[in-house]
Amino acid sequence: MSKVHSSWPRTIAAHTILLGYVVLALFPVVLIVINAFKSRRAIFNDPLALPTRDTFDTIGFTTVLEQGDFLLYFQNSLIVTVASLFFVLLFGAMAAFALAEYRFRGNLLMGLFLALGIMIPIRLGTVAILDIMVTFNLVNTLTALILVYTAQGLPLAVFILTEFMRQVSDDLKNAGRIDGLSEYRIFFTLALPLVRPAMATVGVFTMIPIWNDLWFPLILAPSEATKTLTLGSQIFLGQYVTNWNAVLAALTLAILPVVILYLIFSRQLIRGITSGAVK
Amino acid sequence: MTGQTPAATENVVKPTHQKKPFRWHIIMFLAPAVLVYSAIMIFPLFATLNLSLFNLTEEKQRIFVGLGNFAELFGDPYLSSSFWNAAGNNLWFFVVHMLVQNPIGIALAAILSSPRLRFASFYRTAIFIPAILSFVIVGFVWKLILSPLWGVAPSIMDALHLGAWFKPWLGLERSALTTLALISVWQFVGIPMMLIYAALLAIPDEVLEAAEMDGLTGTSQFWKIKLPLILPSIGIISILTFVGNFNAFDLIYVTQGALAGPNFSTDILGSFLFRTFFGFQLQLGDAHMGATVATVMFGIILAGVSVYLFAIQTRLRRYQF
Repeated sequence: MSKVHSSWPRTIAAHTILLGYVVLALFPVVLIVINAFKSRRAIFNDPLALPTRDTFDTIGFTTVLEQGDFLLYFQNSLIVTVASLFFVLLFGAMAAFALAEYRFRGNLLMGLFLALGIMIPIRLGTVAILDIMVTFNLVNTLTALILVYTAQGLPLAVFILTEFMRQVSDDLKNAGRIDGLSEYRIFFTLALPLVRPAMATVGVFTMIPIWNDLWFPLILAPSEATKTLTLGSQIFLGQYVTNWNAVLAALTLAILPVVILYLIFSRQLIRGITSGAVK
Repeated sequence: MTGQTPAATENVVKPTHQKKPFRWHIIMFLAPAVLVYSAIMIFPLFATLNLSLFNLTEEKQRIFVGLGNFAELFGDPYLSSSFWNAAGNNLWFFVVHMLVQNPIGIALAAILSSPRLRFASFYRTAIFIPAILSFVIVGFVWKLILSPLWGVAPSIMDALHLGAWFKPWLGLERSALTTLALISVWQFVGIPMMLIYAALLAIPDEVLEAAEMDGLTGTSQFWKIKLPLILPSIGIISILTFVGNFNAFDLIYVTQGALAGPNFSTDILGSFLFRTFFGFQLQLGDAHMGATVATVMFGIILAGVSVYLFAIQTRLRRYQF
């Protein structure tokens, strides 16, 4: 273990800076959530106060829940995000391993080909993507979204994971080969566990744009049965823009599930980052 | 620590005349990713980019016009001034991210990774929360906070005796773009923080102990030992920032609408593309000119990434532990 005994002033400075930044990061979110539980008058009179017994009001939530099926939207978002994430991480790690591990003709070219996708927004191909989905009868299905998001997430996953796969010790892999492990076993049992921190990081970065995307749900799956949470709340906010109670309540309903999901998931994430550090 | 190593050493074919068996596993590893990616991303992209070489005649016939659309984009006074305005704004948007977001992210990661820091996971979790929110939420939340109508920002600034400095920043031509860039920085600072944090954790204790033996601790240890070791990660976040910023669109669209007001002062390439492609108000959408703008954006991003891949990445030293 490292034996630095942090001095007190240094520790206090570190906590002050971090705490300050936490306040900056969380203040807007907290502000929205506390005001969502207040009456319209209290929202304007004293936006920074916590709701009290006098000012407590859930009229916003009533309006929101009467107007849209937020539970269904949430379920759709969850299915799309989890399925895409699974495919991106599995396919991405496999391709990254091939690129980092083997010398073969066209390796560099294949790496550049797969990295192209980081540079160009997949949105530029929307017209042709819509054509494909119409041809295969996938419009207004969650499958269409999962396919698009898998393709969208792969380039970045391959790019980052290749960088990390290169750091996996060659000695370890060669020891595995001498012990007669197949290349598949080496990938699944040696390389994959060692890049777990990178996988967790890539997972979070892949998940966020998928969960938050507005564009493809709007174009590929706008039907009531397949609406995602982001699309549902965008439409709602547009319609109720002057109803502050409803807007704040809708924002709260859009924020809370993601934050709760993230808090549950982040324990896994942090364990992944700290325990699997490549050493 | 074994200095710089080539990507893979074990499979280098030795100059013998023995023929190696075909390595099917390479294809098996690559196939799923390459297939999905080619079919859903690359093919549609090039089908769309191909459109930039075509245009419609008076009779709505699609004809090949070569580089005619590009000549129009850069020759037409209205189109070209809109394009250069958007490109300039986009560059500023990127500069703000590089100067504010990435240094803050690195600094937070460095503080977080200091040994025996208590509550580190709480801080890390909390600071990352804005990054998981959608543009729809972030855009709306900041619009509400900065709105003079609600008065949250003015009253907080009053409390800090800065009340006189408040302005409706999002509504002013001079400050709207920088305000939006800072909102975006607020949202995404957790991403460089997490990447750098993972890189810092991967530095082995032995290296740091050796540094301590030589009397390097604290800040000087960061500059002389850790920073050189995390340079590849800093390279990655820089290029990701570049690509992300030159693809940005959602935040502008959600807060300022497709017109990127006030008076196009927040117009960036993404919103310019959207207007050209889908039209707005009285202007009709033009798929061919949209594809042309998309092709130019592609060129800009390709140039930036090539500089990184060929000039920077190849010079970075990588270490295996």
